[in-house]
Amino acid sequence: MTAPATQAPALLEVRGLQKHFPVTEGILARRVVGEVRAVDGVDFTLRRGETLGLVGESGCGKTTTGRCILALERPTAGEILYDGVDLIKLNHEQLRPLRRRIQVIFQDPYSSLNPRMKVGDIIAEPMKVHAIEPDAARRAARVRDLLAICGLNPNFAGRYPHEMSGGQRQRVGIARALALNPEFIICDEAVSALDVSIQAQIVNLLEDLRERFGLTYLFIAHDLSVVRHLSQRVAVMYLGRIVELADCDELFDNPLHPYTRALLDSVPAPDPGVEAGRKFRPVKGEVPSPINPPRGCAFHPRCPVAVESCSQARPELREVRSGHWVACSEVR
Amino acid sequence: MTPLLQVTDLHTEFRTGAGVVRAVDGISYAVEQGETVAIVGESGSGKSVGALSILRLIPNPPGQITRGEVLFAGRDLMQLSDAQMREVRGADIGMIFQEPMTSLNPVLTIGRQITETLEQHLGADPASAHARAIELLGLVGIADPARRLKQYPHQLSGGMRQRVMIAIAIACDPKLIIADEPTTALDVTIQAQILELLSGLTRRLNVALIIITHNLGVVARYAKRVNVMYAGRIVESGPAAAIYQNPRHPYTMALLRSVPRLDRPRQARLDPVSGQPPDLMHLDQGCAFRPRCRFAVDACAQAQPLLAAVGPAGHFAACLRGEEIAAAAAGAAA
Repeated sequence: MTAPATQAPALLEVRGLQKHFPVTEGILARRVVGEVRAVDGVDFTLRRGETLGLVGESGCGKTTTGRCILALERPTAGEILYDGVDLIKLNHEQLRPLRRRIQVIFQDPYSSLNPRMKVGDIIAEPMKVHAIEPDAARRAARVRDLLAICGLNPNFAGRYPHEMSGGQRQRVGIARALALNPEFIICDEAVSALDVSIQAQIVNLLEDLRERFGLTYLFIAHDLSVVRHLSQRVAVMYLGRIVELADCDELFDNPLHPYTRALLDSVPAPDPGVEAGRKFRPVKGEVPSPINPPRGCAFHPRCPVAVESCSQARPELREVRSGHWVACSEVR
Repeated sequence: MTPLLQVTDLHTEFRTGAGVVRAVDGISYAVEQGETVAIVGESGSGKSVGALSILRLIPNPPGQITRGEVLFAGRDLMQLSDAQMREVRGADIGMIFQEPMTSLNPVLTIGRQITETLEQHLGADPASAHARAIELLGLVGIADPARRLKQYPHQLSGGMRQRVMIAIAIACDPKLIIADEPTTALDVTIQAQILELLSGLTRRLNVALIIITHNLGVVARYAKRVNVMYAGRIVESGPAAAIYQNPRHPYTMALLRSVPRLDRPRQARLDPVSGQPPDLMHLDQGCAFRPRCRFAVDACAQAQPLLAAVGPAGHFAACLRGEEIAAAAAGAAA
């Protein structure tokens, strides 16, 4: 079951995606004593030119989902159809041309850039690896172009990452992602590590690039206000599964899943007037372990509206109104 | 009434091979008994170093508190001996840091870390310290406290560890708690729990709280007064309501405008603060925000502006054009 693909054709279809990591014990004889169900049955469709926000707290499986799509993890089960081709069935060689079309921007601009490489070489490396601009002079010109596109002085090509601020480094990471003219970029917490005053700059840059190059984004983040700003549709994950998926405005104006509501309630508004008038009770408890998730709905131990049946059967994601999918048996 | 804490003209610098960084460059503020004051700023603004300087926790070398006075309950903390200072830390002033995994000792049980504080500062005997530790864990909302006391930090979740940090901070009935980004490493739902706990406890126990954060929402929800820091200085200070409704420093104005908000309709486009964060190694005598400021004029390059009253009820901003900006904002509102 997937969300409906209306309008533009689907670029990416994720079906029944599962990624379980084994939990081992022992030093010499390692035996598997359990598994972490990082991703436990995820379905969604991403249309060409669309930005899908993927939100959730640490350990909900949003990053692992992204890594499976990037073929950095081998899923335990499921299908990842990219332009109709199942990525999971491809071998290393067959994946290569596809890797050019799918790029990633990571969270931490400090650890995702090689400190011993000059910025120009960092951006040129993907072109070398994929042999798309063999001529060194033309490659250098392209690097300068990419720097300018990302709002940096082209002369920064000669600098090292440590000579730059966090925001500038993230621009380098974005320039590197663009080097191969990708059509699809996974932004994994791409603005989370940046200072507030720099965050908005990078968000605007990502929007400009989307327009200019017709990019499709999977925007993985925990910051709900940034996700709302950037996304057309949003999926909320909890303990390895999508619990709610809807058009962005629909999700934020009319959240249906109790977890989505709790998440939205937890974000204080930057306005003392608004906060003074708000009745607020934080959701109780903590995210359970994905090694031993609760029976039934994973959210039921913390849920304010849980009923007895919630601990029995796991609710499926179903479409409760056009394009609005919820995995909660209490939502009519 | 004299305030509980009065910081006056505090300067802290770091001497590195590449030059001197004036991380805190002359800050002054007061905290009243039982009051919650937020210190807001971005990385490198000096908000954490300023708080660590109050506790004299600046590693020397490379750091050094070069000037200033910190009057706490009538005593200047800068003049105390190291032994006297150890008595203040953890007893009169509690501390909560960002990463509870690194601020708790990984090889001691939770219980030992709480009782150690009690024995050290209050001279409690082991039995009464143990009983008080159970009580404290209950206060911070940890279920089954007797069992938890025997556990080690790695056996607890991030939210749980931060609850333990709060228990240690309030263990000796402090008058002031300094919380440095207490929830930055936590998930949003846990962040909400911890902040509600902290604000509830400080209110109930009448403890003053300095909360250091970059999160403008957290400040709006919990602080009564706010100090906004930029490049080692307080650029705006005042009641939270005044600062959010009538920001008078161009940096505060730009910062508040730049964040996307869930409580408002979606904007077509964000309005970022332009330019890069300041390079503390290469500041000149002018206003540090000048290169990013849309109100900057030539005179801004001449001298660092001082905090001056810009509105009623203790609202100050350090901007040469503060009055003009206030007048323009008043005109626009009228």
